[in-house]
Amino acid sequence: MKRFRATYIIWLRDLKRHFRDRARIFGSLATPIIFIFILGQGLGSSISGGIPAAGGNLDYKTFMFPGILGMTVLFAGVFSAVSIVWDREFGFLKEMLVAPVPSWSIALGKVISGATIASFQGCLMLILAPFAGVSLSPLMIVELLPTLFLVSFSMTGMGVLVATRLKSMQGFQMIMNFIMMPMFFLSGAMFPLANAPTWMDILSKLDPLTYGVDALRSIMLTDVPSRYSFTTDIALIVLISAVMLTVAISAFSRQS
Amino acid sequence: MNALDKSAAAKAQASAARPPASGGPVIEVENLTRKFNGFTAVDEVSFKVGRKEIFGFLGPNGAGKTTTISMLCTLLKPTSGRAILNGFDVSSQQDAVRQSIGIVFQDPTLDDQLTAWENLQVHAMLYNVPASERRPRASRVLEMVGLVDRAGDRVETYSGGMKRRLEIARGLMHYPHVLFLDEPTLGLDPQTRSAIWEHVHELRAEYDITVFLTTHYMDEAENCDRIAIIDTGKIVALDTPGTLKHGVGGDIITLRSADASATATELKEKFDLTATIQPAPADTSGPAGDRIYLEVPSGRTVLPQILKSTTTQILSVTVREPTLDDVFLSLTGKQIRDESVDKMDAMKTRVRRRRSQRGMGH
Repeated sequence: MKRFRATYIIWLRDLKRHFRDRARIFGSLATPIIFIFILGQGLGSSISGGIPAAGGNLDYKTFMFPGILGMTVLFAGVFSAVSIVWDREFGFLKEMLVAPVPSWSIALGKVISGATIASFQGCLMLILAPFAGVSLSPLMIVELLPTLFLVSFSMTGMGVLVATRLKSMQGFQMIMNFIMMPMFFLSGAMFPLANAPTWMDILSKLDPLTYGVDALRSIMLTDVPSRYSFTTDIALIVLISAVMLTVAISAFSRQS
Repeated sequence: MNALDKSAAAKAQASAARPPASGGPVIEVENLTRKFNGFTAVDEVSFKVGRKEIFGFLGPNGAGKTTTISMLCTLLKPTSGRAILNGFDVSSQQDAVRQSIGIVFQDPTLDDQLTAWENLQVHAMLYNVPASERRPRASRVLEMVGLVDRAGDRVETYSGGMKRRLEIARGLMHYPHVLFLDEPTLGLDPQTRSAIWEHVHELRAEYDITVFLTTHYMDEAENCDRIAIIDTGKIVALDTPGTLKHGVGGDIITLRSADASATATELKEKFDLTATIQPAPADTSGPAGDRIYLEVPSGRTVLPQILKSTTTQILSVTVREPTLDDVFLSLTGKQIRDESVDKMDAMKTRVRRRRSQRGMGH
């Protein structure tokens, strides 16, 4: 357990920083809110009939909600992980690296703290569910919380991996354009992938977020046909998390 | 980490609270070498540092000071050679070495979104300081560097000097045996600089620790018990500041002449004095003419004779006792140019400030 001491300290420190920054907590909700209530409303009104579902057609906003939840978690997780780059630029990373603690425990701390923060941001989003026409039962919430954490964990793991490669924050724009945006759009967050052309179907299968969005949607919207079974989704997310974590930790240890 | 290192780390931790054993050197370095892609940054360096000593590494930027410190702090693996710190090998017993040392880097490594107090607590936890000890130790070190009143403020509101003092305080939280200070006064105003030195002397008296520091400020190096002068990766001299200055041999005469090389030849012929010629600074801010440095046993008696018998025109003359600058000059034939270094530091600081401003936007 002593080996995990640094993990706990880094988790504590990152959470302290996050919750001290009210502007960031609420500011990061702006994008999802705009997506749901402006894009969702606007697109929804121009799609005649809405999204096909078992019990009659579904409002587009409602369909989109789990996808936007996935987006929130993706952005919050990666952004939190990229704080490693800030820490490097401001020097605090060095303070952690010269401490008598193994470097894997630092990387693990970063992944867990990012996952915690991203899950928290996801939970905040759940408050908006009724306004998007999603009704949540207590059972759904019980299922959602661990799922959110798992998805957050895999996304933050990827973020830590990216952060070890990123020399400065200038490169973040590239990550945003070439990794995060494609991941978001290919995940089925914004539209059903049922009628997607083959190339998009292949790419979406390679997208780790696809399974997260699918899992979140199958919990919240029981009427919408899901792509994979819930068990398959969770199994794949666990697998992706494990791979991301391993690769991220070894990349982090190597760079230090 | 292997089992050997683990038990060594535990030992280092257990002994952290006890005063260090007297006797043997706390740092032993043998033929330490570090190469970067064929470039030798540190070249077969050997030295020993005793307990409770203030040991200075003096040299220009790029001489290998920071590389040496990085190896002693286990941040860089030596290419060859050996370094033992507090009885632990820096290559194979990393954690034990890390537990034995405190480090203040050139650039701040504080978390500026946390308060000073929180920074100290995070550090204490990272360094295995028992929970019951964390608060009293933090209060004590904050008091020492005079930051008790600001302990609850976020570090981003601190000035450069306050940050450096906080870092020194933080480096003491785990009662290290050796405190490394890499250019502790770089970019600070003279007042803060002397305050930092006061702390360094104080903490040696109070905490019984060895201070290992690097600097390129000659006047500061005089605060050290012993100095190693390092140039292009090699130690060119190692002794007390007094002995080193004594080794220069008496006084330093600086002449400015219309024709430096003619004057130098003349001095050689008439007085058998070897002169070092230093070209005039390129930036024309100082007076024109090349400078000639002479080391003489007694400036007061030699100078009148020189002035009387030289035929080349002498523009100005100064006589003074040797400083470490002169030691460096006589050992390496080069001068540590403080002005140009300061300019570079100022630029570095500006860049950093700009960066951090951008950082705040997120």
